[in-house]
This record gives sequence, C-alpha cells and structure tokens, in this order.
Amino acid sequence: MTIIAENPIKTVVHPSLVQQKVVASLSRRHRKEKLFRRTGLLAVLISLALVAVLFINIFSKGMPAFWQSAITLDIYFDPKIIKIPEKPQQQADESENDFRQRYLAWQTEVGFVNFNRLITDSLQKILPDATKHRRDLARVVTSGERFALRDMVVADPAIIGQTRTLHLLTDANIDVWLKGNIDRSLPDEQQQLSPKMRQWVDQLAADGVIQNRFSLALFMNPDSRSSLASAGLAGAFMGSFYMMLVVILLAVPMGVAAAIYLEEFAPRNKITDLVEVNINNLAAVPSIVFGLLGASVLIGWFNLPMSAPIVGGLVLSLMTLPTVIIATRSTLKAIPPSIRQAALGLGASKMQAIFHHVLPLAIPGILTGAILGVAQALGETAPLLLIGMKSFVASIPASPFEQASALPVQIYLWQGNELRNFFEARTSAAIIVLLMMMISLNGLAIWLRKKYEKRW
Amino acid sequence: MRSAGSRHVLPAQTDFNFNVTDKQMSNSAPVKISAKDVKVFYGDNQALHGISMDVYQNEVISFIGPSGCGKSTFLRCMNRMNDTIEHCRVTGSILLDGRDIHEPALDVVQLRAQVGMVFQKPNPFPKSIYENIAYGPKLHGLAERKADLDDIVESSLRRAGLWNEVKDRLDQPGTGLSGGQQQRLCIARSIAVSPEVILMDEPCSALDPIATSIIEELIDELKQNFTIVIVTHNMQQAARVSDRTAFFHLGNLIEIGNTNDLFTNPQQKRTEDYITGRYG
Repeated sequence: MTIIAENPIKTVVHPSLVQQKVVASLSRRHRKEKLFRRTGLLAVLISLALVAVLFINIFSKGMPAFWQSAITLDIYFDPKIIKIPEKPQQQADESENDFRQRYLAWQTEVGFVNFNRLITDSLQKILPDATKHRRDLARVVTSGERFALRDMVVADPAIIGQTRTLHLLTDANIDVWLKGNIDRSLPDEQQQLSPKMRQWVDQLAADGVIQNRFSLALFMNPDSRSSLASAGLAGAFMGSFYMMLVVILLAVPMGVAAAIYLEEFAPRNKITDLVEVNINNLAAVPSIVFGLLGASVLIGWFNLPMSAPIVGGLVLSLMTLPTVIIATRSTLKAIPPSIRQAALGLGASKMQAIFHHVLPLAIPGILTGAILGVAQALGETAPLLLIGMKSFVASIPASPFEQASALPVQIYLWQGNELRNFFEARTSAAIIVLLMMMISLNGLAIWLRKKYEKRW
Repeated sequence: MRSAGSRHVLPAQTDFNFNVTDKQMSNSAPVKISAKDVKVFYGDNQALHGISMDVYQNEVISFIGPSGCGKSTFLRCMNRMNDTIEHCRVTGSILLDGRDIHEPALDVVQLRAQVGMVFQKPNPFPKSIYENIAYGPKLHGLAERKADLDDIVESSLRRAGLWNEVKDRLDQPGTGLSGGQQQRLCIARSIAVSPEVILMDEPCSALDPIATSIIEELIDELKQNFTIVIVTHNMQQAARVSDRTAFFHLGNLIEIGNTNDLFTNPQQKRTEDYITGRYG
C-alpha cells in the first residue's frame, strides 16, 4: 500500500481524454496493420506467380520431348548382309581368357556389318523413289539405331533371316520438322532437311508410319553427339546417382556424428569455438571453390580419375557436410533438456541418455536436414565443371570410378547444343527430371518427418 | 560405512555466519546423507555458501525458501546433477551412507541409481507408459526375464498409485496422461530402480490442487521405504508432508528443525519473517 501512496500515477493526458485518444489512435493502428498484411500477401502472391511461370514454361517446353518421332519399319535381318560366323560358345577345355578373346573377335566381326543397309532396304520398300536419293535415305533413321540392330543380333543371332517390326527413332531434324519447331516457310537453303526429305516425312507422317512415341531413349541412353535423336539422360542420371550415394554414405554419417560430438560431448573452449566458426564459414564458401579443391587435391595429389562420380561425390560431400552438421546441431539443441535430465536422473550415462532418448527425438530433424543437404548437392553444378564432369561422356558409368556426367551438368551441356530447336525441349525435359528428383527427395523428407515425429 | 544405528550429533554451533540449530529427531534414525560445508559456484557466482546438514533414513525433509535461495541447487548436489551444468563447481563433502559421493571410485551412474530424482515439470519419455517404467530397470539390468520386468513395472505403478488408472493402456504414450498422472508416472519411474533416496524438486508446482494432494499422500506412503528430500515453494505443503524442514536464504541454510517447531517457533528472525509472509 505504501508503495502506491508514495508514487501517484502521473499522466500527461487528463483521465477524461484517455478514451478519446485511444479511439483516435485506433484507426491509424488498424490502417498500418492492414497495410502490412496486404504487403505480405502481395509478396506471397508475386513469388507464387513467378514459380508458376517458371513451371509452366519448363513443362510446356519440356513435356513434348518425352514423346519423339519414331518410324515403324519391317526390318528383314538379311543373311546376305549379315555375314558372320556362328556365335562362339565356351568349350569345356577352353580357358575363360581364351573364350573371351574369341568372343571379342566375333563381336568385332559383327561390328563390320553394315546394319544401315537393313534400314535403307526396308525404307526402299515404302518409298518408291528412294533409289534416286540414297543420301537422304540414309538420314531418315537416326544413326544410333544401327547399333540397336547390332545389339539385337549379338544378343540372339537366331534373328538372322527373320523380319521384325521395329519402331526406330528418326533423325532429330525430322522430329523438329514434325513438331513445328522450325518455320516451314523458310527457303530451302535455310531448312535443315532437303526438299525431298520434307516431302517423304510429311507423307510418312500422314500414313502413320512416322508417329510420336514415348521416348525411352531419353531415359535409357547416354548422351550422344553423332546421333542426336538418341541422346539420353541415363549416363548423367547414373553419374548423379553414384555421387548421391557417396554423399549419403559419407557426408550424412560424418556430419551427424560430428554434430553429436560437438553438441553433446565436446568441451566448450577456444578450439571448439574455432571449429564451430569454421563450420559456419564452410557453409558459406562458394561451391566452385570446392571444385578447385577437388581438382587440385583429389585429382592432382591423390590421382583419382577425372570426371568420375567418386571425385564429384567427395567434393559434394565436403560441400554438404556443414549443412548436415548445422541442421543436426540445431535439431539437437531443440530437444528439451528435461528429457536428458530424466534419463540422467535414472542413472543413464551421458551416451545412453543421448542414444536412447535424444537421438530418437532428433531423427526427424536430422533426416530432414540430411535430405535437404543431399538435394542441394544433387542440384550443384559449379564444382563439377572443374573436376571434368562437363566433358562429353557417351557411356553409362558402371561404377563410381568411371567417367560420367551429372544431371545438372547435362542440362548445362544440352542447353549449349548447336541444334537449338531440338535440344531446347530436351533441356527442359532434363530439368523436369531433375526437378522431379528434387521434389521426391523433399517429399521423402516430409514423409520421414511426419513418420518419426513424436510429441512430448 | 557408518554403522546403521549410530547416533549422529550435529554440532550445535557452526563456524558459519549463522547459527544453525538442528533438533535431533525424536527417534534414533541413522543418518542417510551427511553434507559438510557444501559450496557451489556457477562460474564466478557463488550460489551456496557452505551448507552442512544431515538427512536421516526414512524421513521426509523439505527445503523451503524464496526463489534463488539455493535449495534446488543443494538438492541437485545430492545426486550430482550439477555435474551436467557447465561451469558449475561443487566443494565440500556429501556422504551417502558414510561414503563420499564425489570419490572417484564411485560412478555417478551408481549414485543416481541409489538417489533418484523427480523434477519440477513432469518429464515422461515420449514412449509408452510401460517403456517409461521399464527403462531404468533395463538400464541397470535389474530384470533378467520379461516376467520380472512386468513385475517391476506393475509394482512401481502400484506404489505410485497409478496402476488402476493405466493398467489397461500400458502401451500408450506416457505423454498422453494428465499432468498429475505424468508426475506420478515419473515417481514410479524413479521407484522402479529401487533407489534409497528420492529427491523431489518442486514436484507439485505444475499441478492442480487435487493432483497435488494425491502426490502428497503418495509421499507419505513412500516414506516407509525411501528417504525423501523435497524442495517446495508451498509452505503448507512442507508443513503437511515433511518431518523436518530446512529454510534457505541467499545461499545459506538459516534454520533446520522439526517441521512443527520450525513453523510454530522459529529460532531465527528471517525464518519467522518468511513463514509469516513478510517476504519471499
């Protein structure tokens, strides 16, 4: 009581005016609040609209690339053209090495066969004036398809002498022509196809011989420069896959272990402070610097192979490590200390308290951090350019030590291809594939978080 | 080890700033915990200025005092929970059954199995009720067979007066219980490892009056088997549940004595001021 008596309330405004003042200030406050809300809403709408524009643009450009012009031909595997000895079988008394040599010799023999003749012979049957335009005739089907025919023979020589109905990819320029990606009114010298070819293609398309078919090549083939229509993502996809494998096996366990040690066990002193500052700095290092590191240390000193997913994976692991550590630490920090105390109070050792109680609660957060880190690594391009992964690789890597490209790098390479009107759609299709992988990784993160989330 | 029946006489006069009088309990209970000149520092900040007291076997002793007086800090010294706080330093000696709890040969895990703790806010693990109770016994290997574990869980829950309420939903999360039930679950959890002493740090401060009275009854029953040290802000609670009461102020033990005496006839002016509500 005494306190109030000694300190009477001193006001500038007379009590009778207080209500008036409050009412007067209300409208101003409401106006400000409304303005703030509208600004926020506007910002959200603008960013959503931009994302929508991006997606519509990419999807409208990229979706057509998933379907590609293919010609349906009856291919007669003519024994007169395919003159090869019998496929070698391993003899009982033959060593593995001898057999392999014999088999390789046979494969070389098969390689000398002119499989293009099979295709042109078949085309001649449906194009009456074909003989006069041999040069054009050889260009209807994309050049890579002869290897598909060769592979069929290698897989099963019994096919020789038979006729098979096959869907073969047409040349990239035919695809461009039929999809209307080139102006049909352009003069002949500016057209990519000869007048005869254009006439054939329109006729074959009208007859239903050339159709738009779902493009398996995009998913099954590696990149190609000689047969553009059969250029695919498989090599880049496997390269990215191996790199993600390295990142998941290396960066995630190392990052989580480092975070647990730093957060729960390490003493707080100058050294750990220094480590902490450097981890945060590492997260801010431009990714291209990691690429330089990979080029000079991993390739230069340790003599790891160039353009190999193992090097890319190591570089990306270094880049992802700080992200995983920071995410894991903040998750561990957020676990209420009461859980630790409960376990410690029962006589659990520090490690038991952490592994039995803290980590299970932290798992959703750790997984989210790790997956987002991996997704970030998946989309990273700059460091890969410096370790040789932007070179053209026409094979699908069978191990992380073989040369490969990566999805984002493939996008970069296709984006720069000279045959713009074919590769623009292919580039967008590759972006769609990459985006789908990102979205599924993020979806996985959300699902895991929901699954392991516990309330306390 | 101090023999169980020996009479332990506190010094009537101590060398601290304040006269600490401790009336010998009427019965001749053996000393369970004996603290001598315990000082606690948080960095440069001294939180306890030399506390000496004895806790007798199977008694309920409550610590009262205004916020920040060091009663919880002293409580946490008894099972070395202060070890988990960084920059926290404890000096002096605390003997449990005559053995120094700071001696290197004594593992803190062993100590905490002997001296259990119940916290201010109910903190069940986000696991099933069964798992909550079974965790401690599993940790210390107290049950070899599943049936033994079931027995421990049931008897712990029974002693905490929770069995009838949860027996049909042992597999449901402990966090789904009401606040009072959660706190009894935590008490059952600490009983499950058969400690000798149970430390309770304001166990009812987050509970409503009905849940509080249930816990108070529980404390009364537990006293037959355990030594209970309870920190409370609620003086009525201290008066209701405890045999003896210790009053702390600014990191000093001002007065300790039989609860009745301390509340009806305090020896120190400050104790009197506090219990009559003049500050705190």
